[in-house]
Amino acid sequence: MSGLGFGSRHLREWSVALAYAVLLGVLAVLAPQFFKPDYLRGLLVAKSTVLIVAVGMTLVIVARQIDISVGSQFSVCGVIAGLLAKAGWPMPLVAAGTVAAGAAMGACNGALVSTLGLPSIVVTLATMAIFRETLRWLREGEFVLGLPGDFQWFGLGQQAGQWTVILVAAAFFLAAAWCLRFLAGGRAVYAVGSDAEAARLAGMRPRLVVFLIFVGMGAITGLASLLNAIQFGVVDPNSGAGLELQAIAAAVVGGTAISGGRGTLAGTLIGVALLGTIGPALVFLNAEPQWEKAIQGLIILTAVATDAIEGRRR
Amino acid sequence: MTALLKLTHISKSYQGLHALRGVSFDLAAGEVHALVGENGAGKSTLIKTITGAVVPDEGTIEVDGVPLAVNDPAKSRALGIRAIYQQPALFPDLSVTENIALGLEPEGAWRRVRWGRRRSQARALLARIGARIDPETEVRRLTMPEQQLVEIARAIGADARILIMDEPTASLSEQEVENLFRVIRELRADGVGIIYISHRLEELPQVADRVTALRDGTLVGTHPMSRVDRAELIRMMVGREISAVFPKRPVERGATRLEVRALRSRAEGISDVSFDVRAGEILGLAGLIGAGRTEAARLLFGLAPKDAGEVRLDGRPIDVRSPADAVAHGIAYVPEDRRRHGVILEMSVADNATLAVLRTISSWGWLDFGREAALASEYVDRLGVKTPSITTAVGSLSGGNQQKVALARWLATAPKVLILDEPTQGIDVGAKAEIHRLMGDLAARGLAIVMISSELPEILGMSDRIAVMHAGSVVGVIDRAAATQESILALALGHAPHADQRTERRRPPGPAAREAAS
Repeated sequence: MSGLGFGSRHLREWSVALAYAVLLGVLAVLAPQFFKPDYLRGLLVAKSTVLIVAVGMTLVIVARQIDISVGSQFSVCGVIAGLLAKAGWPMPLVAAGTVAAGAAMGACNGALVSTLGLPSIVVTLATMAIFRETLRWLREGEFVLGLPGDFQWFGLGQQAGQWTVILVAAAFFLAAAWCLRFLAGGRAVYAVGSDAEAARLAGMRPRLVVFLIFVGMGAITGLASLLNAIQFGVVDPNSGAGLELQAIAAAVVGGTAISGGRGTLAGTLIGVALLGTIGPALVFLNAEPQWEKAIQGLIILTAVATDAIEGRRR
Repeated sequence: MTALLKLTHISKSYQGLHALRGVSFDLAAGEVHALVGENGAGKSTLIKTITGAVVPDEGTIEVDGVPLAVNDPAKSRALGIRAIYQQPALFPDLSVTENIALGLEPEGAWRRVRWGRRRSQARALLARIGARIDPETEVRRLTMPEQQLVEIARAIGADARILIMDEPTASLSEQEVENLFRVIRELRADGVGIIYISHRLEELPQVADRVTALRDGTLVGTHPMSRVDRAELIRMMVGREISAVFPKRPVERGATRLEVRALRSRAEGISDVSFDVRAGEILGLAGLIGAGRTEAARLLFGLAPKDAGEVRLDGRPIDVRSPADAVAHGIAYVPEDRRRHGVILEMSVADNATLAVLRTISSWGWLDFGREAALASEYVDRLGVKTPSITTAVGSLSGGNQQKVALARWLATAPKVLILDEPTQGIDVGAKAEIHRLMGDLAARGLAIVMISSELPEILGMSDRIAVMHAGSVVGVIDRAAATQESILALALGHAPHADQRTERRRPPGPAAREAAS
């Protein structure tokens, strides 16, 4: 009953990490070319944006909410970043404008969820469609072309630009993890997700917390979208398609309970790594790459099933 | 000397029902003031007016002689008022350390969390009340008594000036109770005023200085603890006339219908439930809230698995593993929380009434709406449900009529045994009398009825025999002729029929802490 220490409390994180280590071990033996620095750096850059969104999603799920509109928000933010740059804004302002646009979309979600008390899955399902269709209507699916020279890789060139993306993602991740553990505001996320009424009795304001989490989710999506957009010479208006599922899957595989109150960013990091390595691993191991999605699905089911079994045992 | 807390002529009513009528109460610094009364006597409402969760209709609340213009939870916390509720308000997914800290730390989102300080504080508070709980454990892994201890540790750490304890010992072991009493005495010596609510009357002389009894929302009296004995306390709690008239009809009792032998379930906190009911008989199931009455009903209806014990219907042992099994055997259960489990508010009267018998009104999976309407109309007439039509949504009917629809659903299954959980809770007097009349009719037709009720006059008025539960066990069965409020209450409080025999205090087994999360 008592005496369960650090190890068993973070059993999920450890077991997913173990699975990931096994996968890396198999690759090291059978496909050592996977570990070529250039390739790894490219993979890290590609997954940096997923990691950033997954961090935000972890907060949302820990607070017992969900946000499935992040893919649409991501697409909208990418186009906004491109258009702002094209309009001649300096890059720092482009970055700030993109993050603000995301925060504004998040505020829409947050206001509907916390002031009207609507279920977040319905609210964000609706805003997912609204954000996406509004973008389609305004832009008619056009790519943003003719971007200024300092847009791609912030004008730093590919290699330095890639390192910038990786370091920004890493710094963001560490800062988020620290705040979640060592700031009263971070602990409030867990408290509200664990029992909103108990949080109210302990003097917190659960509705405000939920609202701010959605705003933060939007801002985080804006940041991720910017880091994605600058990797290319043009901005794809569908850059965020399917992103919400990748983020939710990474959080869940990393041990975040969909019922709220439980989850760590370390787990989410491992979740992003494991799910993100499956596809390349199949290619390197000469397996059929179309199995990627099926294997990812299997991993998610295994994760949720172990939750259910563990939950029944308590 | 001004009182630490003084309530004057507090009244509160909910939709015409008086929860409190002109109750006055005061508490001095360094005093333990016990509050006793039956279920529904108004103790919880009185507590809530002090913590600011409820705003009284009339009356004044003074703290240190200063009247409170408005009171709300934040204000009362600021004044140093803390309450330990019967149901712990804890965060199941967070550690014990954090649960204690979150109730005590100041506000501010950017405040840095000092984990080391949190841990040593939690350890010190747990040690003070003698609780052996690892502060790193997540609260959802604790048993109910352990959660209660965490709640107590948190309240004590708050340095409250007025501490309210609602049944703090309900699930604690002898040793844990001793520790709690020691802490209470220490707090009293420090000048804290404590309001102590307990059904365990024998423990009051150990801690309380004064005792106040409430009955039906009115003040019975306040006395120094040394001047009243247990018999006097029980008399104060129940000494009312049975006001309502219960149309109990004498019914020829038939053969034994349902026999329950040594039913046990750790998960539901049931340790030993045995009783039997005959055809045409109404068996009252009495006991305090938390004694396990609803849980026993859940076991009988297959809503929770039993660990041991035997259930016989008409002499044959039956194995009920699900509500579907129960219905097939002819057992029906009208649950306590009508709006959540008894009826589906959005659905029509006809849909609700026929929900349990869909198979009989359908052929090859197709519903026969003609038969549905006929069946529903029949029960609407028989039970006197007042509804504009059978297509009206149940949610728009009054509470009494909703209850009749819930009853109709189960009568349509033609049951042999009907279990009614608080059948008249929260419905008006007229509808109540009608439900009682219906129960009499059903018994006269040979149904065996088990009625769970927290209302002693209802138990005494309607039952042929009364089984009394305490801490998960049936501790006695009393015949109608021999039953009095005092005898039932004495059993429900855990006293043996002979008052001087000391019964061993049982620690209710099993956590059943929270319903499985979401």
